[in-house]
Amino acid sequence: MVQEQIESANPPRSKIWGAPLLSKGEIAIKSASRKLRVDPTLYLMLLPAVILVAVYSYGPLAGLVIAFQSYDIAMGIRASEWVGLDNFRFLFKFPTFNQVIWNTVYISFLKLVVRFIVPIVVSILLNEIKRVKYKKAIQTMIYLPHFISWVVISGILISVLNPTDGIINGLITFFGGKPIYFLGDNSVFTGVLVVSDAWKDFGYGTIIYMAALTSIDSNLYEAASIDRANRWQKIWNITIPGIIPIMILVGTLSMGNLLNAGFDQVFNLYNPLVYSTGDILDTFLYRIGIDNAQYDIATAAGMIKSAVSLGLVSISYFLAYKLADYRIF
Amino acid sequence: MKIRLSTGEKTFAIVNYTFLTLLALLCILPFLHMLAISFSSSAAATAGRVGLWPVDFTTASYQYAIQKREFIAAFLVTIRRTLLGVTIDLAVLILTAYPLSKSNRELPGRTAISWIFVITMFVSGGLIPTYLVVSGTHLKNTIWALIIPGVVKAYYITILLNFFRQIPKELEESAVMDGASQIRVLLSIYLPLSLPALATLTIFDTVGHWNEWFSGMIYMSSQIKYPLQTFLRGIIVAPNYDLMDRTQMELMAKISSKTFQAAQIIIATVPILAVYPFMQKYFISGMMLGSLKG
Repeated sequence: MVQEQIESANPPRSKIWGAPLLSKGEIAIKSASRKLRVDPTLYLMLLPAVILVAVYSYGPLAGLVIAFQSYDIAMGIRASEWVGLDNFRFLFKFPTFNQVIWNTVYISFLKLVVRFIVPIVVSILLNEIKRVKYKKAIQTMIYLPHFISWVVISGILISVLNPTDGIINGLITFFGGKPIYFLGDNSVFTGVLVVSDAWKDFGYGTIIYMAALTSIDSNLYEAASIDRANRWQKIWNITIPGIIPIMILVGTLSMGNLLNAGFDQVFNLYNPLVYSTGDILDTFLYRIGIDNAQYDIATAAGMIKSAVSLGLVSISYFLAYKLADYRIF
Repeated sequence: MKIRLSTGEKTFAIVNYTFLTLLALLCILPFLHMLAISFSSSAAATAGRVGLWPVDFTTASYQYAIQKREFIAAFLVTIRRTLLGVTIDLAVLILTAYPLSKSNRELPGRTAISWIFVITMFVSGGLIPTYLVVSGTHLKNTIWALIIPGVVKAYYITILLNFFRQIPKELEESAVMDGASQIRVLLSIYLPLSLPALATLTIFDTVGHWNEWFSGMIYMSSQIKYPLQTFLRGIIVAPNYDLMDRTQMELMAKISSKTFQAAQIIIATVPILAVYPFMQKYFISGMMLGSLKG
């Protein structure tokens, strides 16, 4: 939007073209730009996307009204009975709903913290590696898990964490420990979620910091070396200040995700044994909505989540704009 | 400038190299472990004797996988949805980003139309209303359920339109002066100059379609129509899902074919690994396009 304002503040091009002698073509252009020649094909180009968005993005938004109905699929939205806030009352009285909200916030908060810190530390350490090829090789390996789906990663985790024949428990028993039932024990399940999430995405998270680090002026490091600064002093006084703006940006923007505890991951790893620590809003509303076909209640749950998330995202974008001068346009 | 390293510096370097090497290995060892299991005998795998190298080497699991009708069908569904999906996504993306990259003077109402798309980044109807719309438009049980609802991605539009804006206006103006239409300007000027951005978005979109499993699960009622990732979920994750107690779970883990699952995981992952070296060149620049714009 700001860009728009700058554009409109500049003189229109037609004024610049007001040269005394005009060729025939230039006259055509001049008069055309005065009339604000608009090519209708531009609107036609927008048509497919506008239709798709109208149906598949705004259609569901309108469909949110079923959160206030006792929705009957046979009768549809028009004939279903309106029940006001009953579905919301039902949810807040639902025995496990509070637990689900707590799990969601707790899991995603832990993930936010770990996902914030690990990429920063790894980037700073990577930056200390001077052999370019070696650095590239490490980067190639740590970016990889990001591109593999949670279905596949879950398959691998289920296999390696298996209590009887998984390699991790094999190692634990080899060193004299007792096998841990990672995916079925409430005391460790949250840990599995946080660690596997960090494992999958920490490498990808370093990309943005690595880009900021390469743009730090190398003269700063040389000047510091001449002043006999040691490595820690250089990291503390040059490297870290160089990435602080990105840290603020990443930190503030990630806050908008506080209610996204990671559906893809949890849904593919959890089971009824760990519902008390692992069940999150998205998995909860999936079971209510798709498994039990209670569309109205699941929609109400989704609506609570969307509303709170919208608030969080707005705050996070506002902070990112204030603190890091970030704009989406 | 060469500076002699002190002992402390040397120790740091050694520790740092070791740590990062271990960290990098940690990222790929799980895949190598699965690869080893997939080429091992069933007995060795269920006895937990396989580490990073196959034990009692055999390709039986792969032979079984490529003979299994459902697996092949799922693989083909994924290839189809990826090809169709990426083509349609890209076409609509280009057609949308181009007009929106114009100024309000060239396209009155541009800002208002942009907001239609931007809003979709922040609010959505959520799972159930979307499910009802997809059912209502009769996409269920067709491949279009995996494609059509997700064609418009506001985030991609933002990336591409910002890229289009960096292209010098003069090029377009001179072409228009020579009588070129807007379609012509888009095809002959904007697209050739946007190949890096388009390559990046194509790669992201391809990986997205390849990895997507959720819509297959909720919109397809028979397994034969599942895309690969949904199918994989069914054989790997779902068996654990409904089991209630530990003994049953352990039993299940024993009888389910560990090596066979590993082989299917590897087959599903190899295409990503195959394009990964080419991707690397682009996704870094793509991520920067996305996150540091404005």
